[in-house]
Amino acid sequence: MEVKADTTVCIGAGMCALTVPDVFDQSEDDGTVVVLRSPVPPELEDAVRRAVTLCPSGAISAS
Amino acid sequence: MSDLTLPIDRQRPLDPPDEIAELSRQAPMHRLRYADGHLGWLVTGYAAARAVLADPRFSNRPEKMHPAIPARAELAQKGGFRLPPGMFLRTDPPEHTRYRKLLTGQFTVRRMKMLEPRIEEITNACLDDMEAAGGPVDLVQAFALPIPSLVICELLGVPYEDRARFHEDAKVLVNLETKAEDALAALASTMGYLHGLIQRKRKEPGDDLLSGLIEGGDLNDEELTGVAFLLLVAGHETTANMLGLGTYALLTNPGQLAAMRDDPAVVDNGVEELLRYLTIIHLGPFRLALEDLEIEGNLIKAGEMVAVSLPAANRDPSRFPGGETLDVTRPAGGHMTFGHGIHQCLGQQLARAEMRIAYPALLRRFPGLRLAVTPEEVPMRSHMSIYGVHRLPVTW
Repeated sequence: MEVKADTTVCIGAGMCALTVPDVFDQSEDDGTVVVLRSPVPPELEDAVRRAVTLCPSGAISAS
Repeated sequence: MSDLTLPIDRQRPLDPPDEIAELSRQAPMHRLRYADGHLGWLVTGYAAARAVLADPRFSNRPEKMHPAIPARAELAQKGGFRLPPGMFLRTDPPEHTRYRKLLTGQFTVRRMKMLEPRIEEITNACLDDMEAAGGPVDLVQAFALPIPSLVICELLGVPYEDRARFHEDAKVLVNLETKAEDALAALASTMGYLHGLIQRKRKEPGDDLLSGLIEGGDLNDEELTGVAFLLLVAGHETTANMLGLGTYALLTNPGQLAAMRDDPAVVDNGVEELLRYLTIIHLGPFRLALEDLEIEGNLIKAGEMVAVSLPAANRDPSRFPGGETLDVTRPAGGHMTFGHGIHQCLGQQLARAEMRIAYPALLRRFPGLRLAVTPEEVPMRSHMSIYGVHRLPVTW
């Protein structure tokens, strides 16, 4: 599973970093999403899907 | 033509109004009569609420909005809907984007983690004072209000000793029955106070968020005052009422209380469940359609208002089966208590940190905690835009 993030859309709510800290972080400067690893290991795929649905601004996607 | 006006009164303190629950069983969207006669919409379904809140074709600017309840109609007439700059919650992109980007770095998951030791200290100090005073005490004044209030004051750099003033003003502003002139006076009072504080900080900066924003140089004093107001009021009223009402909910559901007290693995999800079940934002959010659009097969015309009932959405059985009961072990993630879309709560990770620390600390310090009055005697905040308890007399 590949993960993509659009920092221009991100509002820094932090739901991704809260849900899957092994895959998502937030930048020190403006709090926008940082993808730590892609592709993601199979055991984290469900959590990443959950993070995608929790993201309020549609900034992250997985395929 | 619909004669439905927005129901506010709750028949049972922890449940949305019966009319809302009944509507939500019938359909996810309904025609709603606003206070000035405007015929708009009420959304009670989870999917429809998400669709509205994530859709950029809706505006959150107050100027053209129709108020949903009578007291706010008077306020709108007297200019209360023309907000000062900096209250970016009620703006649209790109204005909203500019403010939000300046602040999000301050409220990240990691930053809030770093605050945890200080939140623990503040919580323990409140509990020490409670223990020393002996019961009964009002848990709102002893615990629910001071914890988030002290935390947001320290974070922003607002002197905590000045709290009486903005606590009072906030109470006036969130009261849905406040007269327009009183609301405008309360707004002016806290705005005036914060404007003075910003000017002082410009001369003598501290190690705090407002001083950092001043140093960043992106905002003028008026904008900074609006930002400070939004963060200060949103930062204490909301979490204070979650802690007060959440404790009431646990005390009246002893099995749930025991789980939150005795099983540390339950706490994180238990906080999400309390957020979902209680949904203290019981009126709105509201949006204005900027163009004709369709939500769940309903045509919403440009200029029409939509009120989203978060309490109803958070109990939609298609999303949260059995959601009318409090169950701290239910997967409660995905609730909309912090909203959805670009305006989703900036301070949500701070609120989570405070609740994850405060609830178990309280329940473990006082394992015999109980109401000092009957549940029916606890005064509920039925006519405040943030629901909760006015007072919570407890003993142990």
